[in-house]
Amino acid sequence: MIKFEGEHLLPGQTGNFFIILALVAALIATLSFFKASYSKDTIEKNNWLKTARIAFTIQTASVLIVFGFIFYICSHHLYEYMYAYKHTSNELEYKYLLACIWEGQEGSFLLWTIWHSILGIILIKKSKEWEAPVMSVISFAQFFLLLMILGVYIGNIKIGNSPFALTRNEIPAPIFNRLDYLTFIKDGVGLNVLLRNYWMVIHPPILFLGFASTIIPFAYAYAGIQTKRYADWVKPVLPWVLMSACILGVGIMMGGKWAYGSLNFGGYWAWDPVENASLVPWLLLIAGMHTMVIYKATGHSLRASYLFAILTFVFILYSTFLTRTGILGDTSVHAFTETGEDISFSLLGKLFSFKAMNALIFSYFIVFTVPSLFLLFKNYKKIPAIHKEENTNSREFWMFIGSLVFFLTAMFIIAKTSVPVYNKIMGTKIAPPEDVEFSYNKIIVLVAIIIGLLTALTQYLKYKDTSRNYFLKKMVWPTAITIAVMILLSVFYPFTFYKHGLGFLGAIYVAAFAAIYSVIANLMYIWTVQKGKILHAGSPVAHAGFTLMIVGMLISSANKEVISNSGVNGIALPVGKDPMTKQQDDPRENLSLIRQIPTAMANYKVTYIKDSAGNEKGKKFYELYFEKKDSASGKIKEQFTLLPDVYQMKDNSMSSNPSTRSYLTKDIFTYVSYALNKNEEKDTARFKEHVMAHGDTAFYSNGYLVLGDVIKNAKNLKIKLEPKDISLMAELGIVSKDTMHYKATPLIIVDSLGIRQIDDTVYAQNLYVRFMGVNADQKIRIGIKESDKLIDFVTIKAYVFPMINLVWLGLVVMALGILLSMLKRGTFKNWQKAIILIGGTLFIFYMFLIAG
Amino acid sequence: MKKTHIIMLVGIAALIVGLLSYSTDFSTYDTVVSAKAKQGKFVHLIARLDKSQPVEYDAIKNPNYLSFYAVDSLGSQTKVVFRNSKPADLEKSERIVMKGKMTADYFDCSSILLKCPSKYKDDEKELQKSMQQQTSMN
Repeated sequence: MIKFEGEHLLPGQTGNFFIILALVAALIATLSFFKASYSKDTIEKNNWLKTARIAFTIQTASVLIVFGFIFYICSHHLYEYMYAYKHTSNELEYKYLLACIWEGQEGSFLLWTIWHSILGIILIKKSKEWEAPVMSVISFAQFFLLLMILGVYIGNIKIGNSPFALTRNEIPAPIFNRLDYLTFIKDGVGLNVLLRNYWMVIHPPILFLGFASTIIPFAYAYAGIQTKRYADWVKPVLPWVLMSACILGVGIMMGGKWAYGSLNFGGYWAWDPVENASLVPWLLLIAGMHTMVIYKATGHSLRASYLFAILTFVFILYSTFLTRTGILGDTSVHAFTETGEDISFSLLGKLFSFKAMNALIFSYFIVFTVPSLFLLFKNYKKIPAIHKEENTNSREFWMFIGSLVFFLTAMFIIAKTSVPVYNKIMGTKIAPPEDVEFSYNKIIVLVAIIIGLLTALTQYLKYKDTSRNYFLKKMVWPTAITIAVMILLSVFYPFTFYKHGLGFLGAIYVAAFAAIYSVIANLMYIWTVQKGKILHAGSPVAHAGFTLMIVGMLISSANKEVISNSGVNGIALPVGKDPMTKQQDDPRENLSLIRQIPTAMANYKVTYIKDSAGNEKGKKFYELYFEKKDSASGKIKEQFTLLPDVYQMKDNSMSSNPSTRSYLTKDIFTYVSYALNKNEEKDTARFKEHVMAHGDTAFYSNGYLVLGDVIKNAKNLKIKLEPKDISLMAELGIVSKDTMHYKATPLIIVDSLGIRQIDDTVYAQNLYVRFMGVNADQKIRIGIKESDKLIDFVTIKAYVFPMINLVWLGLVVMALGILLSMLKRGTFKNWQKAIILIGGTLFIFYMFLIAG
Repeated sequence: MKKTHIIMLVGIAALIVGLLSYSTDFSTYDTVVSAKAKQGKFVHLIARLDKSQPVEYDAIKNPNYLSFYAVDSLGSQTKVVFRNSKPADLEKSERIVMKGKMTADYFDCSSILLKCPSKYKDDEKELQKSMQQQTSMN
């Protein structure tokens, strides 16, 4: 066997061993749990359970060890491993190490298995009589996820991709014929700059915990059928469902916060397929959560609970299939994996392994979907159902309608998102519509109206039957207050979203009414009905939070304002204005700011002051100074500096990150949409010397300069001088052809090192001025250079997002409401409740309202 | 029939109607020739940058005007006008997905999605290239 120099093969070999061990252990755990779930004999059952628990524990330990080894190869930059070569680089900051582990497919699958393992261990301890069937499902899922990171050939087919694959086996290059090839690979490709972000460290673990936890309701639904105790599973699973809903919801919106705060999508939600793919399971989970609550209270909706519990997980798998196989292709900005078709020019062997990976993900989806739905329909009649109908004045009736609306919304979203799949199967070429966001929003705004009204009114209905008088009496105040708020809102802060016509604007108003109605009704419910017992008020708190989030979304998107309109600096083309709106119907949203020239932008005067290098190589900040003056007194009312940055990667591609000024009621959001790559230009112009006396004039191509005073040892210089240094500063007035006046003050300094010249620059005129020296006759030599370098400028986009904090606040309130419900419905000790509540509150508050 | 059943059916009907109404909303993926055949209609055009032709963009004059030439896989060419800022990696892109409408003289583009090789680490060729670059420098 050939021995290559400098390779560290031990961590990879050990890591691969533990992957295989985990896989085998997961298989043994699956079979043993399955056996245990069917054995009638207690001793036999306990024996199987014992084996299964040991196997699952070994599996868990192995998975954690594998993670440890991946961390090791990445943190030590062992580039002989493909994973380290692809995802890390020497300059990568330590804090991004975790991010680079979940950047890759292998790492994120591993993250998923880790969460399954941890949840599995808790379930082994807590789920009592449900353990065997529930854990057989989870162990089986583990088996599949571990296959994805196996990386073993069976015949010609490669099963999964191992994170410990060696670079020399993965990339065909002549360099690998050398035994000392490793001395040539000094650096890795590194983490995509778009992902160098603190959200990338924290968002995937939370989101994947949300994904992983959806298997629990699925597994319990299976257990209900398997044990034939068709109705008993709902009570123990409900706290899990609530936990999952909370974490998945928070995880999704964290993605939104990330997109908003650090990527230049210009918003927190874009109906991108990848976003939809995680929203759809959440909607189904919420639908299922409500039907389970109905079942517990009234005995209705058990069959729907089964269906939603199963579908939630099925759509998690379907989402995985959509986002991991590259089938979304051109429709998603997030799609970091190419489709099989597009890599067809690559090597045959590799192509095969890609396809095998896709087949594996697809079979994971099918193997869980088909049998579970088959079991459900086969046993459908055996699932108890009440045949008496719900009253229309009962809470359960309208709660069920709400669940149904969520279910249909999920189906609508996923049907639209699946168009690329449909194209692939049918060979069609259907492309997304012109305005993708509007094609969703026009339906979702109707959903918001229905959900707002349902959550406002249903809260005041009682299970089974509600007296008309009670209901009407309770609704008087919330309704009156909402109407008052709406009147105030439409007078003092009307929606100005005319882009899609008056019909849509009207729908926005109605949706705002419904959402505000729900916020007020639910908050009042806590006091008028629940007498302020906040720990029991999980449901109204969560509903108020959810609808508050909708209010925030409506306001921040409908009244989002582009302030970087090119019109303001007089260099835009005339575009048609919609007479009804103040907005231009063809918004040209980029504005070029020339260095040091203040430009008006909405009420602000914005100046691009300078650029500066960031900590990381290739990162550049653009310092933009915003100033707002009181029009009467001329006093500065508001001033701040924003620092959007542009990151230039090794391969010269650029990535731009926004900078936001946050106020309580609005955000001013800006990012660089175009900047020059300075390395590519060279300045070839020379200084031309002029000998000048006081009052003399010198011309340049676009105007003239007049020499004013020459000041010896002037005070308040921009640079610091030693007391014994001597400086001369020339004051020059510059008048351009368009009669603009500028000033330049070049310096000449005599210090211990000799003579130094400090040039001054008039960026607006592309003019460099140098104090070259003093002649014997006291005349001053001034050098003038007209640069042929392009003017230093930066092109930006800037928006104002009003009331965006309501979105985050609403989410936080909703998450806390769900947590409260979870604590109420689960069996927790008081100290556990305290930890979950305080820890969860601090974490979510920090994440959404303080961090970033 | 129960009330819930009726509402369910109404809901499902609404869903189907809703989805069907979008079938008119959807657009198509086109080549230069087929897009020219339906001038003024919103389409998706998949092409790549024609590097033999100049890319026109002057952010100082007008940061919202970019024009370049694109060639599709069949070799037909069109001028493209994009009234927005120039995407940083335009020159490096291998493929461009453009949304917009074909006019008599040019493709009036409203959004550009670039497919750049560097973003796709799983792209074999690109890894091979970067490996060769790196190792040959020494």
